[in-house]
Amino acid sequence: MTAPAVPASSPSSTGEMARIPGMKTQRNAELGLLAFAMILVAAYGATVEASRIGEITPTFWVPAALLSILFLGLHFVVRFTAPYADPVLIPAVALINGLGVGFLRRLDIGDALSDKQPVPSVFAGIGGRQLVWTLVALVLAAVLLLVVRDHKVVSRYAYTLGLAGIVLVMIPAVLPASMSEINGAKLWIRLGGFSIQPGEFAKIALVSFFAYYLVRKREVLSLASKRFLGIDFPRGRDLGPVVTVWLLSLLVLVFERDLGTALLYFGLFIVTLYVATERSSWLIIGLVMFFGGVYVAYLLGETVGGPFANFYDRAQVWLNPFDNANYERLGGSYQLVQGLLSLGTGGLFGSGPGAGSPRFVPEVQNDFIFAGMGEEIGLFGLSALLVLYLLIVERGLRSALAVRDSFGKLVAGGLSFTLGLQIFVILGGITGLIPLTGQTTPFLSSGGSSLMANWLLIAMLLRISNAARGPAASGGGTDRAGGGGKKAPAQLHGAMTEVIKP
Amino acid sequence: MPEFVLTVARFGFLILLWIFVFTVVGVIRRDLFAGVRSKSIVASPRGVGGAVPEGRPAKAKRGKAARQLVVTAGQLSGTRITLSEAPITIGRAEDSTLVITDDFASARHARLVPRDGQWFVEDLGSTNGTYLDRGKVSGPTPVPLGVPIRIGRTSLELRP
Repeated sequence: MTAPAVPASSPSSTGEMARIPGMKTQRNAELGLLAFAMILVAAYGATVEASRIGEITPTFWVPAALLSILFLGLHFVVRFTAPYADPVLIPAVALINGLGVGFLRRLDIGDALSDKQPVPSVFAGIGGRQLVWTLVALVLAAVLLLVVRDHKVVSRYAYTLGLAGIVLVMIPAVLPASMSEINGAKLWIRLGGFSIQPGEFAKIALVSFFAYYLVRKREVLSLASKRFLGIDFPRGRDLGPVVTVWLLSLLVLVFERDLGTALLYFGLFIVTLYVATERSSWLIIGLVMFFGGVYVAYLLGETVGGPFANFYDRAQVWLNPFDNANYERLGGSYQLVQGLLSLGTGGLFGSGPGAGSPRFVPEVQNDFIFAGMGEEIGLFGLSALLVLYLLIVERGLRSALAVRDSFGKLVAGGLSFTLGLQIFVILGGITGLIPLTGQTTPFLSSGGSSLMANWLLIAMLLRISNAARGPAASGGGTDRAGGGGKKAPAQLHGAMTEVIKP
Repeated sequence: MPEFVLTVARFGFLILLWIFVFTVVGVIRRDLFAGVRSKSIVASPRGVGGAVPEGRPAKAKRGKAARQLVVTAGQLSGTRITLSEAPITIGRAEDSTLVITDDFASARHARLVPRDGQWFVEDLGSTNGTYLDRGKVSGPTPVPLGVPIRIGRTSLELRP
């Protein structure tokens, strides 16, 4: 934290900005909300212990206090490196993350009690592990905020990031199944007892690459088009990258057996394209291509089998979850049905934190954490969480609208959309709206990769929102040196990027 | 734990959760409200023939320093930039402080420079020119508060 030591007026300080009197940074609002969120986490912990153990242990506040210290650390990093960042992002995410830790600890307590063992310590089990992962994730987010003082710097490494993203996506597909497969989906790199999900990190790298590519290309993508049936269709050769990404995501679907990830990458690209070009034809083309591809995969799975068989199975499970053959089959709809039943048991108000029986749902700590929590906090609690997710995504999109450079706009828009789409994919899966896929619930599910990647995403959004809401000097970056007319080239390699025509 | 305490805790938690959500919404709303208040000042000088409903903008013109640059017309209408001591460049170039997406704007169109608390507008050799109210800007020209700077289809104003 060397930032505060640098005099704000020194021209050499990159991205460091002077506090302008009268500009609201809203940092105190953030601190207040953060305190409120942590009180809620502590209250959740207390309620869990009261109903599960029958008494509130003297250490019930420890997880909440530890989380408070961690989030407070991030808050101070933000205070000094991104003072104008959005005040809502950190508290909202902190609450979801904290409730996730609380729920995982609740599972630990439940497991220990049903095995007639003493109440586990705060650092034991999956709850304790999640606490450690939160620490790691927050340190990563703080490092990102400290290192990347201006989001435009990221565009210098766009091609590197793009390559890294594609490699990360591809690694699990080429690794042998013993090193990459968990529960039928090849999404992992497993080394000993340790496993990471590279696709989670690939998201952020790919967004940055897409944003950079589209900033350079969007003129040609949006202007050179043919009008057909009232919709502007782009030229064939401009479709090249889209078709490439489409094929890539279909390959992910086939080789990693994961519809969710495929949908995530493809949706991400289509939406960044749409944001860059303002052409709704991209959305239509994208949706048609995705549904077409999925339908073909379904038909192939029915007739040919092979790599498509898994997908066909999943679709069957989705269409007829209560079908007896599907329910009893290994890898059938048992999990989905249990999830639906626990959501139903929860009803409107839930059974109360700690009073449900989430262990009936397989994988309740990962994919089905929403079903498990839904049983205990009910529709009212779940919709509060959903509104929080919605607000996080909304603040991200808001920063995208307000930030003044196209790269920042596309990155912020793409990242917020990814977050929203991921929540849609997993929740749609759990509630039976779309075929179930193994996505993690951001900030809630147990697992380090997801937590780290999503906190990095939030750090990036914080950085961009700081540029969007801060005074002009931070947006113009190089203006500080004085020579307005002949400035050093901006971070996009000084490239003259064209802009959207009205 | 008595049943009653558990029930209170259970519903209390849900209520607290929603109070948190509404507090968050409140913070967001205050954020927007800060913009709305200055917008009402924005709207007043646009009344025809100096039909300024209250004396506030007029007073501001004489005494107060400019704090904000507001886009009042064009694609970016509603955008507001808080001013500091740094000059502001306007144009289509991606590295401008205000990137305007306007057919009639040049890559580096104009810039605003503060000198002793007064902002000066300066044309940077644009093709279609920069206008302060109705007059074309040739050299560095002081910009009074609330007077539109026109660049292509875009209009900008300084606000207190």
